[in-house]
Amino acid sequence: MNRRTLLAGAAGLPLAAAVLPRPALAQGTPFRIGLILSMTGPFASTGKQVEAAVRLYARQNPAFAGRPVEILLRDDGGAADATRRHAQELVVNEKVSALAGFVLTPHALAAAPIAARGRVPMVVMSAATATVTEASPFVVRTSQTTPQVTVPLAGWAAENGIRKAVTVVSDYGPGLDAEKWFGQRLGAAGGAVAEALRVPLANPDFAPFLQRARDAAPEAVFVFVPAGVGSIFMKQFAERGLKEAGIRLIALGDVLDDDILNGMGEPALGVISSHHYSAAHDSEANHRFVAAFREAAGMRPNFMAVGGYDGMALLRMAAEKAGTGAAGQALADAMKGLSWESPRGPVSIDATTRDIVQNVYIRRVERQGGELYNVEFATVPAVKDPAKAQG
Amino acid sequence: MSVPDRDAARRQLAGLARWRPAEIAFWVAVLAAYALFPQRAALIAEVAVIALFALSLDLVLGYAGILTLGHAAFFGWGAYVAGIAASRGWEDPTLGLLLGGGTAGVLGLLGAPLVLRGGDLTRLMVTLGLATVLHELANRFTGLTGGADGLQGMVVGPLLGMFEFDLEGHVGAAYALAVLFLAFLLLRRIALSPFGWSLRAIRANPLRAAALGIPLRRRLVAAYTIGAALAGVAGALLAQVTQFVSLDVLSFQRSADGLLVLLIGGVGWLYGGLVGAVVFKLMQDLLSSLTPQYWQFWIGALLVVLVLLGRERPRAWIARLRRPAEGAAP
Amino acid sequence: MLTVLFDGIAYGMVLFILACGLAVTLGLMNLVNLAHGAFAMAGGYAALVLVNAWGVPFLAALPLVFLATAALGALMERTLYVQVYARSHLDQVLFSVGLIFMAMAVVDYAAGPSQQFIRIPEALRGRIEVAGVGMGIYRLLVIGLCGAVALALHLALARTRFGSQLRAAVDDSRVARGLGINVGLIFTVTFAVGSGLAGLGGALGADILGLDPGFPLRFMIYFLIVVTVGGTASIPGAFLASLLLGIADVAGKYYLPSLGAFIIYGVMLAVLVWRPQGLFGRAGVR
Repeated sequence: MNRRTLLAGAAGLPLAAAVLPRPALAQGTPFRIGLILSMTGPFASTGKQVEAAVRLYARQNPAFAGRPVEILLRDDGGAADATRRHAQELVVNEKVSALAGFVLTPHALAAAPIAARGRVPMVVMSAATATVTEASPFVVRTSQTTPQVTVPLAGWAAENGIRKAVTVVSDYGPGLDAEKWFGQRLGAAGGAVAEALRVPLANPDFAPFLQRARDAAPEAVFVFVPAGVGSIFMKQFAERGLKEAGIRLIALGDVLDDDILNGMGEPALGVISSHHYSAAHDSEANHRFVAAFREAAGMRPNFMAVGGYDGMALLRMAAEKAGTGAAGQALADAMKGLSWESPRGPVSIDATTRDIVQNVYIRRVERQGGELYNVEFATVPAVKDPAKAQG
Repeated sequence: MSVPDRDAARRQLAGLARWRPAEIAFWVAVLAAYALFPQRAALIAEVAVIALFALSLDLVLGYAGILTLGHAAFFGWGAYVAGIAASRGWEDPTLGLLLGGGTAGVLGLLGAPLVLRGGDLTRLMVTLGLATVLHELANRFTGLTGGADGLQGMVVGPLLGMFEFDLEGHVGAAYALAVLFLAFLLLRRIALSPFGWSLRAIRANPLRAAALGIPLRRRLVAAYTIGAALAGVAGALLAQVTQFVSLDVLSFQRSADGLLVLLIGGVGWLYGGLVGAVVFKLMQDLLSSLTPQYWQFWIGALLVVLVLLGRERPRAWIARLRRPAEGAAP
Repeated sequence: MLTVLFDGIAYGMVLFILACGLAVTLGLMNLVNLAHGAFAMAGGYAALVLVNAWGVPFLAALPLVFLATAALGALMERTLYVQVYARSHLDQVLFSVGLIFMAMAVVDYAAGPSQQFIRIPEALRGRIEVAGVGMGIYRLLVIGLCGAVALALHLALARTRFGSQLRAAVDDSRVARGLGINVGLIFTVTFAVGSGLAGLGGALGADILGLDPGFPLRFMIYFLIVVTVGGTASIPGAFLASLLLGIADVAGKYYLPSLGAFIIYGVMLAVLVWRPQGLFGRAGVR
C-alpha cells in the first residue's frame, strides 16, 4: 500500500471506487483467481489436492484469453468466517476476476453473498451439498453433489438383487443427504432400508454400529462417512465378518478416496462404490492428467483434484468465450452451458442450475499393477443433480 | 477502619481508575488504524471480535483464575442465537447482540456450579466438555442451526436503523470497534471496582480471601457469568459482521486462539487481550500468507516459547517503557 | 449382547493404555500435560514407519515403539517439561497446547494429512466365536496386552521401591531429596514410562481409533474424562474409569444410536455431580 492509497483511504474514496464500473481489461492484465482452500486443519488433504491440480493447470495453460493467470492462495483453516473475510479482501482489495476453491459447504455458503454483491464468478471445486449453487447466481460447481452420486448407486443396488439394506452415514448434512436419497431410490425400486444408522462425527470406534448392522442381517450395507474414517470402517467391517455373513458393502466414492485407497489394503478389495471420478478412469485425457499430476505433486489425484482441474478449465473456456475484457456477469454467463472432455469423462455445466452434469460410474476396488484402484465397470451417463431436477 | 482511612482507600482506587495518557493514545491509535486502512476493514472487524472474546476470557481466566478450555461454548452460543434471530426476521443488530450476550450469560450462570465444583483438572474437562456438547447439539439440530452446512438466510438490518452493512466491511468494522470499546469500558469499570479487586484477591490466595470475608463462590459465579455474557456478545458480533454462522464458532480452535491471544498480550491485564488480539491476528495473517500450510507450527512454537520465557515478560517490557510515567495499569 | 460388552472392554482398554500415563503425570507429578495425545500419536507413527516401511513384524514393533516414545518423552521432559513443573496450571495448559499444535504440524509435514494404516498381520485379522460370542482376534490381543500392562503398572507403583520413592517424591519433594532420593531422575523415568505407554497405546489403538495428525486434539477430551472420572490418585481408578467409559460408550451407541455422541458426556456429568473428585479420587483438591 503506498502513500496515495493511504490518503485516498482516509478520504473514504475506496467506497466509491468499488461501485464505479471497472475499466475494460486489456491483454496482459493478469487474470487473477482468488483460491480459498483449507490448507490447515482437518480438511487440509483436500486443500492440497485442489491446490496441486489448480497449479498444474495454470502451468499447462499459463494464460487465459491472452491474460497471464495469477493464483492468490488463501488458507481459511477450515473456519467459514475466515473464508468469508478472504473472499471479501480478494474481491475488494485484489480485484480478482474469480473466486475458486471452497472445501466444505459452509465455506462456499459463507462466501456466496460476497460473490453476489461483488459480482464475481465463484467456482466451487469441492463442496458437495446440493444447495450450494442456489446460494448466489454467481456460483458454478465443478465437483459433484451428494445426491448426484448416491442415486445411481441405489439404482444399481436395486437392479442387482439388493432388497434390504442398512445405511451407515456420518451424522452431518452430507451424510443425511446420502441417507435420504439412497433410501428414496431404493424404496422406489421396491427395496427397503432396514436400519438407518448415524455415526457421530467425532466417533472413533465403529464397533457398535457394525454390530447393529450385522444383527439386522441385510443384503448390503451402504456407507458414507468421511474418507479418513471410512477406511477404519472398512477394516472393522472385514474383521467383524460381515462379508462372511453374506452382507455386501457399497459406498459412495468419497469413502474410497484415491488419495488413501492404496493404504487401505485387503479390506477395501471388492468394495462397490459410485462416483464421478476414479484415477483409473480409462481415457486418454485421464492418463495424461494422472501422469502430469503425479509428476508435479508426487501423489495420485483424487476426485477433489479433478474438481480443481476442471474448475480451472471452466474458467479458461469461459474467459475465451466471453472475450479478453469480460468480467463479472459476462464471465459467469459464459460458463453456463459449456461442455468439455474432462479427465473424468464428458461434463457440462447446466445452463439453468449452474451445476455440473456428468457421468457417474459404478466401480469395484481391484488391484492393478500392485496398487489398489477403483475400476469402473458400469456407467450412468450425464447425471444431473437429482435434488434440483426434482424441483 | 477509621473514616480518613476509608477516604484514602477510596481516593487510591479512584486514582487507579484515572485514564492514563498511554491509554488514550492506544484508543486514538485504534481510531487511526480504522481511518488509515480502509482496505483491511474486514481484518479490523475480526481483530475487534477476537479482542472482545479475549477480554471476556481474561475476566474468567486472568481475574477470577478459572481455568477453561471451552470458552468458545459461549462465543458460539452467542453467534448462533444472534444468527438464528437474524434469520427468523429479527433483523435489528442491537437486539441480536443483546439476545446473544444475554442468553450466553444465562448459560454461564447455569454452567458455573458445575465448572466451579472441582479443581483445575475438573474445570478443564467440564469446560471442554460443555463446548463439545454444544458443538454436537448444533450439528444435530439441523433445522435450527443449519448443521454442518452452516446457518443460512441471515438478514442483518441496518445498524441503528441507519447504516447498511457494506461489502467493504467499513460499517461492520466501525460497529465491531464501537462494541469493543463499550465492552472495554464496562470491564475496566468492573476490574477497578471493589468487585474486581476481590477477584484478584481470590486468585492470589483463596483461603486468605475467604478469611477476609469475601464470598468466594458468589464472586466467581458472577465473574464467570459476566465473562460468558461478553463472550456471547463477541460471538453475536462475529455472526452479524460476517452474516454467517457455522460450526467452527464452537470449535476447540476458538478457545485455543483466545488463550493464545491472552498469552501474547498478558493475562490479568485488560489491554493484554487487546494488544494480543492485534499481534495474533497480524501474525496469523502474515504467517498464513507466507506458509499457508504450516503456520500452525509457528503458532504452537510461539506458545511454547512464551511460556518458557515467562508470560509476564511482554507486559514487563511495556511497563519498563512506561516506568517514568509511574503507576500500574488497570 | 456379549459381543457388545466385549467390544466395550476392548475400547476401554485402549483408552486406559492411552490415558494411564496422563493419570500418573497428572495425579502424581501434578503436571497438566494436555500434549499427552501427541506422544500417543508419535507412537502410532513410529509403528507405522517400523512396520510398513522397515518391515518389522507388528508384535516385535510394539516394544520398540514403547522404547522410542519413552526416549522421546525423556528427552522432552529433560529439556522442556522440567521448566514448567513449578509453574501454574495455566502455564502448563498453554505450554502443552502449544506442543500439540507443533506436533500436529510436524506430522502433517512429514506424513501428510491423511489417515494412515499400520499393516497388521493376517493372523490377527480374523474373528473367533466362543459360545456364540463373536470376538475379533486383534481386540482380544488388545485386551490381553493392556490388561497385563495395567497389572504390571499397579504392582510397580504399589509394591516396588521405585513406586514408593515416586510417591515420596510427590508428597514432599524436599524431604524426599533430603532422604537421598534423586527426585529429578524419578520424575524423568515416570514421565518417560507414561509417554512410552501412550505411544504403545497409539500404536495398538491406531487400528481401532485411526491415526492422522488430528489425533491429539480429537482424543484430548477422552483422556481428560478418563483421568477425571477415575480420580488422579491411582492406576486402578483410571483402569476402572476407562472400562466404564468404554463399555458405556459402545453399549450406548449400540442400544441408543441416536444419542451416541452424548453418552460419554452424560457419564462424565453424572460422575461429576455424584463425586466431584472422581470415582476413586482422594479428597483434597489437586
